[in-house]
Amino acid sequence: MSTAEITARCKSLYDDLDFTSARAWKNADPERKVIGYMPVYVPREIIHAAGMLPLGILGGGDQMEVIHGDAYYQSYICRIPRSTIELGLTKKLDFVDGMLFPSICDVIRNLSGMWQLMFPDSYVRYFDVPQNYDDNIGGKYYIEELRELLSGLEKLGGKPITDAALRESIAVYNENRRLINAVYDFRAEQPSKAPSVEVYLLMRAGMVLPVEEHNELLNDYLAAAAVEERPVRDNCRIVINGAFCEQPPLNLIRSIEMAGCYIVDDDYMLINRWLLDEVSVEGDPLARLADAFLHFSADSAAKYCDRAQDVGQYLLSTVKKTGAEGVIFTAPSFCDPALLERPMLADRMDEHNVPHISFKYAENSGQMQPIREQAGTFADSIKLWS
Amino acid sequence: MNTNSQTEVIKDSSMLLQKTMIAENYDELTNTEETGKKISATFVPGNLNELVMCFDMLNNLPEINAINNGMRKKSGAMVMQAEKQGHSEDVCTYVKADIGSMSRGNLAPNGKPMPSPDLLLLSYTGCFTFMKWFELLRHEYGCETAMLHVPYEGDGVVTQNMRDYVVKQLKEVVIPALEKVSGVKFDIDRLRENLRNSARAEDDFVWVLESAKNKPSPIDAYFGGVYYIGPIFTAFRGTDKAVEYYQLLRKEIEQRITEGKGPITPEGDMQDERYRLVVEGPPNWTNFREFWKMFYEDGAVVVASTYTKVGGVYDLGFRHDPDNPIETLADYCLGCYTNRNLSQRVDMLENYVNDYQADGLLINSIKSCNSFSAGQLLMMQEVEKRTGKPGAFIETDLVDPRYFSAANVKNRLESYFQMIEQKRQGIRSAA
Repeated sequence: MSTAEITARCKSLYDDLDFTSARAWKNADPERKVIGYMPVYVPREIIHAAGMLPLGILGGGDQMEVIHGDAYYQSYICRIPRSTIELGLTKKLDFVDGMLFPSICDVIRNLSGMWQLMFPDSYVRYFDVPQNYDDNIGGKYYIEELRELLSGLEKLGGKPITDAALRESIAVYNENRRLINAVYDFRAEQPSKAPSVEVYLLMRAGMVLPVEEHNELLNDYLAAAAVEERPVRDNCRIVINGAFCEQPPLNLIRSIEMAGCYIVDDDYMLINRWLLDEVSVEGDPLARLADAFLHFSADSAAKYCDRAQDVGQYLLSTVKKTGAEGVIFTAPSFCDPALLERPMLADRMDEHNVPHISFKYAENSGQMQPIREQAGTFADSIKLWS
Repeated sequence: MNTNSQTEVIKDSSMLLQKTMIAENYDELTNTEETGKKISATFVPGNLNELVMCFDMLNNLPEINAINNGMRKKSGAMVMQAEKQGHSEDVCTYVKADIGSMSRGNLAPNGKPMPSPDLLLLSYTGCFTFMKWFELLRHEYGCETAMLHVPYEGDGVVTQNMRDYVVKQLKEVVIPALEKVSGVKFDIDRLRENLRNSARAEDDFVWVLESAKNKPSPIDAYFGGVYYIGPIFTAFRGTDKAVEYYQLLRKEIEQRITEGKGPITPEGDMQDERYRLVVEGPPNWTNFREFWKMFYEDGAVVVASTYTKVGGVYDLGFRHDPDNPIETLADYCLGCYTNRNLSQRVDMLENYVNDYQADGLLINSIKSCNSFSAGQLLMMQEVEKRTGKPGAFIETDLVDPRYFSAANVKNRLESYFQMIEQKRQGIRSAA
């Protein structure tokens, strides 16, 4: 398959707010179940080991008109919960058997309670993660939380989830992470060969496809992109930070690149890259998942940074590793975690003379001209003076 | 009610005592250079005052400082100062008032500079913003930080795992950090004694809150409630002073009931109770008196509120337990109002409307506070559906005066009172 064919397939998955492929997966076997999850991280390995399909719900994007969802939220709350409610009320998620709401912010946390009230027949879990990273404290707590999640899914699925199944799922997701990192590395090395919109759509496909199918797609893309000749632009290299929950419209990603910025790293769909290393398939699988979460996971504003000197270091190391020349802080409007953390990250970038700019968006932002101008000026300033 | 124009605010003796207590506490906080006492900064929900006192440390609460600055009309400039420094206009104004205050000399209400904290005791209870707030403060102060992560009651229950996690953090993270910073060894018997005092004060506090079941209500459980929660939510829970304060307050309210009086307002006793309301959400602080007046001048009294539960849900039965000193601190943190899921919050509101014979639920939705605000429109619908009583929704902010529109709030309140009247007429016609 060519990159164009792969991208076209991913785009059709992205555009499909009826989740036709996930419905088809479920309809193929009456015993199958689908578990929706919101950003930023849930252990998909456990859902997979239960024989269920983890389905990433990232709002309604810029193609869905939000009518009912707006009735549930004040104007000062971000858009992703209102479009998610819209998806629920318009029955686009009526095939989903359960929803997981990870610990990311108060809005998503409260959305879990709203879901419980609005869809009382659905399995709903607020998935809390430890903000204490000591194995003996946060680790023990987290293992028990994982066990509770596992037990809830066992009950929902009507069958036990074995350690062997968990280990197999961990291995499949290890492969997924390896391939995803390979795509990111490839783009960082040759950004002209992997346009950010393509990479974005490819990663987004992983939210709705079974992981095995996504792995094939990633392999195909790597093979196709490597041999495809594309024009090399005189763009600067930037890292995107702050877009880990509500997603920007595709046009925004495209606009940044068209304005002269190659995106060499980003935090879109961080779940794909949350665990930084391979998870061991030896021993207690839940303990191994906990270990990976506590000690080898990505940084994001949704986490507590327990040492002052570590604040911003993950971003800084990404900048260095990818050879980025600047950072674009781009967060959704009213996103507490990203916007609260931004001044600290900006200070860290200043300490190391990493240029940065910031702007906000919503998943349905339509006017790209100001963003293009801002990103273009940023690119020019890097090219001329950095 | 005394309708004469007054410049002097009328206060009960408990209010005056509280004012003195808070002033003395600020004097203590700003005098640490002389006394050598150490300061722990922490938050109202999950406030571990009984524990902090075991280490001879003082408790400084950034939220309370922001409220103070809001009520003294100083917070607006502080918020804008923080925004000039790069903090987003979208985020919590308590945080920005705190950061902005630092840039303006960080003065306490007594006009003296507030010393930097020796310890940031981050009790992450029911509010995500707390976590980043303390990271921002650590960024500014560079001092020791101890994190107490309190899991959220997502399923409406506290599991043994959640409780064990909090207890373990208290024992292995929080207490060692307090010992290290203060140089004082932890004494569990001292903690028990403080907890005993807490429970005594909590009994009287709950009695006061529940006095609003009387008709007329002798208290306003929202605007007046702000005064009543002061000592128990801040630096006094576990002290003899707090016990004395709540005894005095209780006597005052008993007297009001005996005399058939309504609540105290800044303009004197409220005479005619026309509407009994339950209020969800924190108040606006920048225009507090103006806001309150919109209620009492129309005879509206708040008989129960959820804001008075952010620092502990004592009216549902929780008491600090000296026999289980560490576990009780964990239970306290886990049970604070904003750490409860939406179903629990709806149940509480429904019960308040019924138990306090309220005319309906009013939500004051706060722009700054997603912990409270996200989901409130659904909560209102649920409570209306379950109680058959009308709900209303107003929007203000905590300490950003730009988000208080007096005309809009007043219009909505007047419409709401009319709605209640119409509902009553409908019931009378049907009967």
